[in-house]
Amino acid sequence: MKTFLSLILVVVLFSACQNSAKKAGESEGSSVSLTAAGATFPLPYYNLVFKDYAKATGTQVTYGGIGSGGGIRSLKDKVVDFGATDAFLNDDQLAEMPAEVVHIPTCMGAVVIAYNLPGVNELKLSDSLLEKIFMGEITRWNDPALKSNNEGVTLPDLEIVFVHRSDGSGTTHIFSDYMSKVSEKWASQVGTGKSLKWPVGMGAKGNPGVAGTISQTEGAIGYIGSEFAFAQKIQTAKVQNSSGEYIEPSIESISVAAQGEIPADTRVMVTNSEFPTAYPISGFTWIILYKEQSYDGRSEALARATVEFLDWRVSEGAQAQAAKVNYAPLPDATVQKAKAILRSVTYNGEAILQE
Amino acid sequence: MNSDKVTKGVLFSVSILILLLAAGMLYSLVGGSVPSFKAFGWQFIISGEWDPTYGREKYGALPFIVGTLITSFAALLISLPLSFSTSLFLGEYFRGTRVARILGILVDLLAGIPSIVYGLWGFYVLRPLMIDLGFGGQGFGIFTASLILAIMIIPYATSLSNEIISMVPNDLKEAAYSLGATRLEVITTVTIPAARSGIVAGYILSFGRALGETMAVTMLIGNTNQVPGSLFDTGNTMASVIANQFGEADGLKLSSLIAIGLLLFLMTGVINAIGKLIIKKMN
Repeated sequence: MKTFLSLILVVVLFSACQNSAKKAGESEGSSVSLTAAGATFPLPYYNLVFKDYAKATGTQVTYGGIGSGGGIRSLKDKVVDFGATDAFLNDDQLAEMPAEVVHIPTCMGAVVIAYNLPGVNELKLSDSLLEKIFMGEITRWNDPALKSNNEGVTLPDLEIVFVHRSDGSGTTHIFSDYMSKVSEKWASQVGTGKSLKWPVGMGAKGNPGVAGTISQTEGAIGYIGSEFAFAQKIQTAKVQNSSGEYIEPSIESISVAAQGEIPADTRVMVTNSEFPTAYPISGFTWIILYKEQSYDGRSEALARATVEFLDWRVSEGAQAQAAKVNYAPLPDATVQKAKAILRSVTYNGEAILQE
Repeated sequence: MNSDKVTKGVLFSVSILILLLAAGMLYSLVGGSVPSFKAFGWQFIISGEWDPTYGREKYGALPFIVGTLITSFAALLISLPLSFSTSLFLGEYFRGTRVARILGILVDLLAGIPSIVYGLWGFYVLRPLMIDLGFGGQGFGIFTASLILAIMIIPYATSLSNEIISMVPNDLKEAAYSLGATRLEVITTVTIPAARSGIVAGYILSFGRALGETMAVTMLIGNTNQVPGSLFDTGNTMASVIANQFGEADGLKLSSLIAIGLLLFLMTGVINAIGKLIIKKMN
């Protein structure tokens, strides 16, 4: 029993030491360090701008790429200064959070359709073809419906193998959101989500898993995050948008998708955009934080550092870096909305950012 | 205080700590899986429906339970002749020779290869081979996953059986030889009966390893959340679905994944208990 008690004492002492160490670090001010966790999709971009920010201001940001779900959980448990997610929190999820949470969009990405067909360099897919392929109604590449949509292209007599994500993912969320918008059958039978009950196909883990499986399998088709596909120069299909145009996914055509009217809280899916030059399977990724920053004994310095970083994060300097790592920057109107939201964030009821 | 008492105290507290760890794990698994069992009851274990779509969520673990049991049993069956003959080779026929030493090191080396390496090898080498041999669709599926599992568990069964077989007393074997028994007769009537409980323990250990293997299986099984219709269908296992889905799961889905973890925990426990029972019966 004595041994057990002394063990507990050691644990308590140890954690007490840790606490005081953390507080000391916070009060220094100049070397505030922020902790964040969440989506893996924007990870390369975030890492790049964190480095720039540390160089410019001395504020270090530590980011754990543990997935959007993990980011939401971490913010809920109040173990991070902000979280990151590829899918905005729906009303139920917002209600489950211990306090009011705001969304700050940081950049845009898209979901591209990759394929492996020997000798085929251009593939055009309409929304009805996407529905038929992914619902398993067309099973071979030389199907008349595919042929008539791709005149001048010799489609081989191969089985269509659909490769989807086996892990829960924001990429799947954007993809299925688009499919639900263009196909009633998809909406009623499959639906929207980070993971789904797939009608056909097989799963592979992560963008590298899906891309690897497609490149190793003749006749494969699947969906991949644009940042990964662009970086790896993966061949992608042109997808028909709601204006009837076949659009190649690119940094420009992705950014166009968000040029329409978006709500003040920025919680919106911009898939199936109405703009004639927009790539239709595009979307935002968000950072989430508490609107009232005074919680759990957080210092004002820490709260200020969090909001100042995010304000810098959506401004021109950081946005200009996006294309370098294959992400699409936010349109100006969206940046203004994000800045307005950041100005509503408070510490003890008082706005942290003035102006 | 004498040193004996100190040693006893240290050993006692360390074993209590391990007991607490196991109990804590079980406690958090049970606690986390309550919402799922409340929502689905027995249906959770016997239903093959896995629909994570928000608003019509329904989770049944049957596809994963079936996938786990089939791949692990198939892996055990495939590895049995290989590892058993290797352990006889090492522990009996070529015991103490240089060939046996080198082979023994190589077998142990197999155990040290990380499972992601097995997975990549399976993906880039084994899978194309399966396609060339004409086994089902794209080379992904239960059978390919079982093959990679079989290779992964060979060292566990081999090493343990080999140790036990070489520990069979020489007096026993010499007695049999002096009665005119051939080498094969000595092996079947003396060595194997004397070593069988150890051999069985080795296979139980490797079966447990197969049950929990995640990475290599995920890369080769195809990850479809349905009860497989044949050995060449794609499927999924319990460990693989947890590894794949946990990061983005919340609410009922998170609870269902934890419940699958609990079932896997219990399954491993039951199989170990059955193994112990078999060993006890044999002695």
